[in-house]
Amino acid sequence: MVNHSAFRWIAVVYWLLSVTATAADDPAFRLTIRDHRFEPAELVVPAGQKIKLEVENQDATPEEFESYELNREKVVPAKGTVVIFVGPLKPGRYPFFGDFNKDSAKGVLIAK
Amino acid sequence: MLGIGVLILREVLEASLIISVVYAATRGIPARGRWVGLGVGTGVAGALLVAAFAGAIASAVSGIGQEVFNASVLLAAVVMIGWHAIWMSSHGKALVTKLKSVGSEVSVGHRPLAALLVVVAIAVLREGSEAVLFVYAQAANGSDWIDLVAGVGAGVLGGAAIGLALYLGLLRIPMRYFFTATNWLLLLVAAGMAAQSANFLVQADILPPLGARLWDTSALLSDRSLFGQTLHALIGYDARPAGIQLAFYFVTVVIIVLGMKLWGKPRSRISGAS
Repeated sequence: MVNHSAFRWIAVVYWLLSVTATAADDPAFRLTIRDHRFEPAELVVPAGQKIKLEVENQDATPEEFESYELNREKVVPAKGTVVIFVGPLKPGRYPFFGDFNKDSAKGVLIAK
Repeated sequence: MLGIGVLILREVLEASLIISVVYAATRGIPARGRWVGLGVGTGVAGALLVAAFAGAIASAVSGIGQEVFNASVLLAAVVMIGWHAIWMSSHGKALVTKLKSVGSEVSVGHRPLAALLVVVAIAVLREGSEAVLFVYAQAANGSDWIDLVAGVGAGVLGGAAIGLALYLGLLRIPMRYFFTATNWLLLLVAAGMAAQSANFLVQADILPPLGARLWDTSALLSDRSLFGQTLHALIGYDARPAGIQLAFYFVTVVIIVLGMKLWGKPRSRISGAS
């Protein structure tokens, strides 16, 4: 009896994990922060789909990826990489910036 | 110095507005200053901790640890406000009567204060951790120390001043409506926090957006304007909300109002029934 219910719990957890793991289907794009600048400064992404942004910070200080148009805000630790999901986006330009280095860290996501 | 001041002001503003609402909502309760102060102190300590562990938090839960942390902490604050609202709806009338007749402080025990202390601590922790990381980044980048201190000082003073203005404005509400007003304001703060937590969960792909952008009122009132940010902190204004943010917002209001109606019965009536 104990083995049976344990098996059921494991199956439920596995199912939950696999449901969230299907996010791997979303197209992934990489942004790099170097010398307080985003590279590339213009990133073209497909419109109408959920998109996974991988933001890598190669600087020795933290940055905060922020965008009012995308409604996204996340700290990217020094020498770290974070994942941010956006969309589905209508075609257009979606500017983003690094809140900790607003003058230099600027970019735009172009949804086509 | 201006750039530093502006960012610090934005972070401090969001926390100071919530502190003001809480301080107003606890009017008449003895030692509320000490409790709110404790909340701020705890929040500052928490902010330093979160900033120190930012790397570990960010990479936790496959890179979405930050969103999980932020959403959890915000939802905890929502629960605390909900509990306080329900408590106030049963004890609130007695409080107002006592305040009007006695005109002095009334003892209500520490539980409602403890709940709001947690809310204050969470608000300070969330905004403070970003501010700490920013100051650290500036210092590490070789910012002039005097610039940094002056910028932080100006930002803190500016944010605190706006919070104080809100508090003084709230005090002008006639006593008859005062606690109803502060309770509704806290309710909207909770709804805004719930909507914010939903946005973090969408950012982490834990929840679907249900419409990534329902409308765009940024031309009417921008998120980045001072007034827009004030409304964001107080009533959860978002110029470009996702559908699920709206859902969280309204469900929170409904649940707390229902809770107030169902469980917020005045004590005398409950003891009368058998």
